[in-house]
Amino acid sequence: MKARVHVMLKRAVLDPQGKAIEHALAGLGFDGVQQVRQGKVIDLELTDTDTDAAKARVTDMCEKLLANTVIESYDIEIED
Amino acid sequence: MKAAVIVFPGSNCDRDMQVALEAATGKPVPMVWHGDTELPSGLDLIALPGGFSYGDYLRCGAMSARAKIMPAVVEAANKGVAVLGVCNGFQVLTEAGLLPGALMRNAALKFVCRNVDLKVEDNASPFTSGYKAGQVINIPVAHHDGNYVADDTTLDQLEGDGLVAFRYVDNPNGSARNIAGIYSPNKRVLGMMPHPERMADPMLGGLDGKPMFDALVEAL
Repeated sequence: MKARVHVMLKRAVLDPQGKAIEHALAGLGFDGVQQVRQGKVIDLELTDTDTDAAKARVTDMCEKLLANTVIESYDIEIED
Repeated sequence: MKAAVIVFPGSNCDRDMQVALEAATGKPVPMVWHGDTELPSGLDLIALPGGFSYGDYLRCGAMSARAKIMPAVVEAANKGVAVLGVCNGFQVLTEAGLLPGALMRNAALKFVCRNVDLKVEDNASPFTSGYKAGQVINIPVAHHDGNYVADDTTLDQLEGDGLVAFRYVDNPNGSARNIAGIYSPNKRVLGMMPHPERMADPMLGGLDGKPMFDALVEAL
C-alpha cells in the first residue's frame, strides 16, 4: 500500500522560499503568478493491507515526525 | 558543575561547546552519543550543540529531537537539570517541545555568518547572572534557519512572563520580536541561535560569551 503525504506551511506562516520562487518565475517571463508557496511530498510504501489502519498510522507519523504542527499542516492520500 | 554535551550525527559545534565548558568548570565534560538511552549521572547541565544534525533533513533538528537519548534529556529537564541549546540545539529544543515556537529559514534566505549585538534582557537566570540587565554583548551567529516564529499568543506569553533571554539589536534573520533566545518557564532551559561558546576565549576575538559559562558554574 502506498501513502503520499503533502506537508505545507500553514497559511498564516510567511514563506520566503515561496516568494523567491515567485520572483524567479516572474524573472523568466511567467506573468500572472499571484502567489507561490512550496512544501514537501513524502511517499511511503507500507505493508498495511487495511486502508483505514494505514491512514491512522500515517496520521500518527505526521503528528510525530513528518510535520511540525506548530508551523505545518499535512494531508494524506492512500493508494491501494 | 557537571556538564555533558550531546552529539548527534552532523553536530559540529560539540567540541567548541566542550572546550568552553571545560574551561569554565575545570572538569572533563563528556560527549554523550545520541543513540545512548541514558545520561551520565549527576548532571547539572546538558548542552545541545550547533551543527547540521541529520543534515537538517526533513527539518532542522527534527530527527535529533526524536533520537534515543532525548527522552532522558526531557526527563532531566523536567527534574530541573539545566539545558543549553545553541543554534541547532535551539532547533532541537523547539522540535522536542521543551521550548515553544519554531526556527524557520532566515527571512532574507541567506546564510548569515557574522558577529551580532545582542541585548541581554535580564540577568535573572543561571545563564545571564554574569551580565547586567540590558547589557549589549557581541556574539557570532552562523545559521540559515534562525528565524524564530510563534503565534501572537505564544509571543505575548513569552514577553509577559519575561522569558525572552536575548534580543537582536539589528535583526539578522527576521525573528519575531527580534528574539535571539528564549527560556522555558522555570528559566532553566535556554535556547539561543547565537554561539556564546565561540566568544569565550581571548584567541577568538572576544569574551562576551564567557560570563554565561562562568555564571552557570557559579549557579549550578
